[in-house]
Amino acid sequence: MAAPQQQKLKVNGPVAVTANRLADGAVVWRTAAGGWSTALGDAAVVTTAPEAIALLEGAHKRDTDAVGAYVAPVVLGEDGAILPGNLRERIRVNGVTFELPASEPPASTLPAA
Amino acid sequence: MYVYDEFDRAFLAERVADFRDQVERRLSGALTEDEFKPLRLMNGVYLQLHAYMLRIAIPYGTLSSDQLRRMAHVARVYDRGYGHFTTRQNIQFNWIKLEDLPQAMADLGEVGVHGIQTSGNCIRNVTTDQWAGATPEEFDDPRIWAEILRQYSTFHPEFTYLPRKFKIAITAAPKDRAATKVHDVGLRLHRNEDGELGFEVLVGGGLGRTPFVGKSIRPFLPVRHVLSYIEAIMRVYNQFGRRDNIYKARIKILVHEIGAEAFAEAVEAEWANIRDGALQLTDEIIDDIRARFLYPDFAALEDEPAELTAALEDPRFATWYRNSVHKHKVPGYSIVTISLKPVGAPPGDATADQMDAVADLADAYAFHEIRVGHEQNLCLPNVATRDLPELWRRLDAAGLATPNVNHISDIIACPGLDYCALANARAIPVAQEISKRFADLDRSRGIGRLHVNISGCINACGHHHVGHIGILGVEKNGQEFYQITLGGRADEHAQLGTLLGPAVSYDQVPGLIEDIVDAYLELRSSPKELFIDTVHRLGVEPFKERVYATH
Repeated sequence: MAAPQQQKLKVNGPVAVTANRLADGAVVWRTAAGGWSTALGDAAVVTTAPEAIALLEGAHKRDTDAVGAYVAPVVLGEDGAILPGNLRERIRVNGVTFELPASEPPASTLPAA
Repeated sequence: MYVYDEFDRAFLAERVADFRDQVERRLSGALTEDEFKPLRLMNGVYLQLHAYMLRIAIPYGTLSSDQLRRMAHVARVYDRGYGHFTTRQNIQFNWIKLEDLPQAMADLGEVGVHGIQTSGNCIRNVTTDQWAGATPEEFDDPRIWAEILRQYSTFHPEFTYLPRKFKIAITAAPKDRAATKVHDVGLRLHRNEDGELGFEVLVGGGLGRTPFVGKSIRPFLPVRHVLSYIEAIMRVYNQFGRRDNIYKARIKILVHEIGAEAFAEAVEAEWANIRDGALQLTDEIIDDIRARFLYPDFAALEDEPAELTAALEDPRFATWYRNSVHKHKVPGYSIVTISLKPVGAPPGDATADQMDAVADLADAYAFHEIRVGHEQNLCLPNVATRDLPELWRRLDAAGLATPNVNHISDIIACPGLDYCALANARAIPVAQEISKRFADLDRSRGIGRLHVNISGCINACGHHHVGHIGILGVEKNGQEFYQITLGGRADEHAQLGTLLGPAVSYDQVPGLIEDIVDAYLELRSSPKELFIDTVHRLGVEPFKERVYATH
């Protein structure tokens, strides 16, 4: 599968522009003020392709803050909350869908005697 | 272990210094992302969904205890306390910050490990049998030849910008644990009728969106010609391989399009010009490389010591012993596989504490040496058989004694959509759920050898095409679906799996796998007939009839 950056832009509902922060790769969202935020709630949400392209062009102007910007679907909750619009973005926002390995030795893995 | 010399150490230090400078220039804006990306990729640095990922090569799967301990250090200091062993004898750190990468690389470089040849369109980390140098089956230690190829291919100017990445695997035993038939080039070491050592050369294997089993283009190549012959293959590929379409640029497409015979003719014609030139390996060169591999000072020990006999009275030890211990070429010693697939855990992951524990055990019982296999498990290749009971107890204390090697819960899985920017479905949680369904080790032992491979997209990093049961994640209308194949195998009889039927949803996968297993238990001719043999005897139809009747 091609990464979202390589796919043709389609806007069929609310979208935001997202990227990874240059210094640490953290997921960031383009704000209406032309900055980046790690909180999806701060994202500028648009609903047309020209608006999305304008956001994206702004994101691409300066690449020392964030890299790999692309347009991602979002969903607007009843309370106005901005939520990720697909599984990929849910994982980017909420983290991996399983428990990360913890650095304490687990209990015995052997079958009972 | 292979002993690096001053040249290697200086080379790595310079490389780290170069990368530190590149990162500084990138962070300051002196380099654009377009300029920086190929530089980071040449050092094994990817940008994934949530963070940068550092892929470190473990050449021919061999690690010293100091190297593994240093990987634990990197996991602990720069990452989130764990690492992920991959299907190509690499380790990946999934959460490293770009600003920390130069120092992490410097720390790794001090013990001779790096990310070179783990990314980009170059000859990648050459892989081989994790039992190399230890198994009685082998004709020679394949790591000698992997190291020769590594030295030859690293930063070779002709191979820095190949049409696509290029993967070579070597086996020196008839039993293929290196998946040589599904690599761009597979080298199978054997002896001819005169006792001379040489390679069967396979070309054009590979998985991904267009999978092929490699074709044999030369049944016997004397070992001294291995570099010139590989160079001839690379020249033909460089000349005729497609660069206009990334999906058709691997050598397998070229071999398929012109045919193995025509490809072989082109290689032989090219080889005729260079075979007796500077690339011919002299005995002196081979002996020099061979001498840099230091082998353990094995003692004369009993093959069936009293310690083992006594410990086998314990059924838990006996279970682990039968599953995870194999015969060594030296009497009194054993090869131990350490499963990195505890029930319900992400396949191939090891915490920093577990890496340290394995390093300590390698020091105590295995001459400081660890191996990594493409099945995403670790191996202690040289353990005195009398020490096995004590080793087992200490492995268990570290959560590393699950006796499920080659069982259904010994799943190979790519990172999938939880980490990977290319994936379109998750792989790890699917593996975890299947593993939990078959947590009963008596049940999985009754099922016998069964390899499940899961990929989160068509790029096939989980090698689903060659799983006895292959699971491929696809995306349909924003939902995860999974295609199931049966009958694939990655060994010396390598074969691609056959599609079972329509894709099923994420939630249906574990139940479907249980139904496939139940069908096998009904259909097998006897408890001795392995899953793969039942599928090959009957085809997929009897499985399809039973499985889809309930889904």
